[in-house]
Amino acid sequence: MTDLAIAASGLRKSYGDKLVLDGVDLAVPTGSIFALLGPNGAGKTTAVKVLSTLISPDPDSGDIRVGGHDLAGDPQAVRAAIGVTGQFSAVDGLITGEENMLLMADLHHLPRREGRRTAAELLERFDLVDAAKRPAATYSGGMKRRLDLAMTLVGGPRIIFLDEPTTGLDPRSRHHTWQIVRELVSDGATVFLTTQQLEEADDLADRIAVLNAGRITAEGTAQELKRLIPGGHVRLRFTDPASYQSAAVALRDAARDDEFLALQIPSDGSQRELRSILDRLDSAGIGADELTVHTPDLDDVFFALTGDGVRHQPEEAVR
Amino acid sequence: MSSLSLAVRDSSTMVRRNLLHARRYPSLTLNLLLTPIMLLLLFVYIFGDVMSAGIDGGGPDRSEYIAYIVPGILLMTIGGTVVGTAVSVSNDMTEGIIARFRTMAIHRGSVLVGHVVGSVLQSIISVVLVGAVAVAIGFRSTDATVLEWIAAFGLLVLFATALTWIAVGMGLVSPNAEAASNNAMPMILLPLLSSAFIPVDTMPGWFQPIAEYQPFTPAIETLRGLLLGGEIGDNGWLAVVWCLGLAGLGYLWSTSKFNRDPR
Repeated sequence: MTDLAIAASGLRKSYGDKLVLDGVDLAVPTGSIFALLGPNGAGKTTAVKVLSTLISPDPDSGDIRVGGHDLAGDPQAVRAAIGVTGQFSAVDGLITGEENMLLMADLHHLPRREGRRTAAELLERFDLVDAAKRPAATYSGGMKRRLDLAMTLVGGPRIIFLDEPTTGLDPRSRHHTWQIVRELVSDGATVFLTTQQLEEADDLADRIAVLNAGRITAEGTAQELKRLIPGGHVRLRFTDPASYQSAAVALRDAARDDEFLALQIPSDGSQRELRSILDRLDSAGIGADELTVHTPDLDDVFFALTGDGVRHQPEEAVR
Repeated sequence: MSSLSLAVRDSSTMVRRNLLHARRYPSLTLNLLLTPIMLLLLFVYIFGDVMSAGIDGGGPDRSEYIAYIVPGILLMTIGGTVVGTAVSVSNDMTEGIIARFRTMAIHRGSVLVGHVVGSVLQSIISVVLVGAVAVAIGFRSTDATVLEWIAAFGLLVLFATALTWIAVGMGLVSPNAEAASNNAMPMILLPLLSSAFIPVDTMPGWFQPIAEYQPFTPAIETLRGLLLGGEIGDNGWLAVVWCLGLAGLGYLWSTSKFNRDPR
């Protein structure tokens, strides 16, 4: 691929003795959404900080280019191409939302009239018109996030970094943010986002990289990653040991949990697979007392990738 | 855009931001004004007769002491204002907006220049306010030509710039506002160890060299000479060298701290 918005090889970053990023390779095509998925402490924020020129990578890192510009050689050109919304709100709390927007317009050297128009449009788009005249410090968490993102978009950045953009947002705000991200990409921008939620990466991203303890442990489309996850299954629970024994015979591919009288059948949770399981139970004349569908999540990805095997977790009940 | 016009444009944007902060939250600035005004009133009305008798060896006359004390109080006002600068710089560095500025294609130094210019303007306004109080209680500048007035104003701006750059550095190395306020305390304490309140030659012998050559004394003596007549002598160039030295040192210190990677 020649048209890469972000290209990094062997990106390393350490703080003292602690190696946070241990040779990360990234290739993000222009105009795509790329998700860096990982748990707390994986190094996601550090990766965003390095790629957005906030901190410098270790000297033994490989070549890193953002927007076609060398990160180390021409950071100002990189900065001119990017917009960053961090995990913690980067707004000036002492001044109003509108003043924050106009400050960004001035720093992007927009002509006064255009700056005012852009600020007004973005305040409207992010539903901040009513709060525009209040100091940003009085905003709720969700409003600060929206203002933060609106400020990032003032200069029309071509590459946008979003560090956990929806963490702590309510479902409505989260979907609104996802909608904005899709619009940005349809306008030709490239989005690099970090998240802890597989659902978010699945929903938005063209490609996903899983970051664990400073290394990329898997990379691919959401479909490709899901194939790595063995966690998807249907769990049947019985109260009657006899029913349990007969069901275990009827469903030969099930894993047995004798202690809880439960069976686990690998499944993607689709209607077709569920029906086939139920059909087999019906034809054997057995009724399960409880049926739950286990949806794979980020933790499963990690258990799959680190090979730690089975684990217990809350399951989604189906009635 | 050339790098110079970029620097000027971004810096003026940052100055506007800082003035907006100061205008919206004037309490810090006003609090810092209280100290010099209270000291002025205390020394003139409570200690004034004794001080003037002690200084001139003449009779008790607090109106004469007003003339002696005001130049020192004006420079002390600047010292107090820059304590506020250190606090606001330290507060600002904990804000996410600074991280945003660092990822934008703006002139790097503009963030600090915004603080410095904003703070120097605040210092000048504070000096004017304290000066107005001094005039109200009877201070008169005798024997100052237009040229000497301009020189006095220039000295105040230069002195404020020097202390402000040092205060910015103090703010940058302070982890929080309390630490910044403590670190900047010498800016208020040094005037007490200068010729602001009493002449240096009335101090203990071993301490006189310290009092005489610390930055405040030459600046105070120069201002005194400009506003009230009298000998400036070596104090003029000493004051200018101190100011340029501190400004340069503060600038290098601050920019090197600011350009380091944030944590």
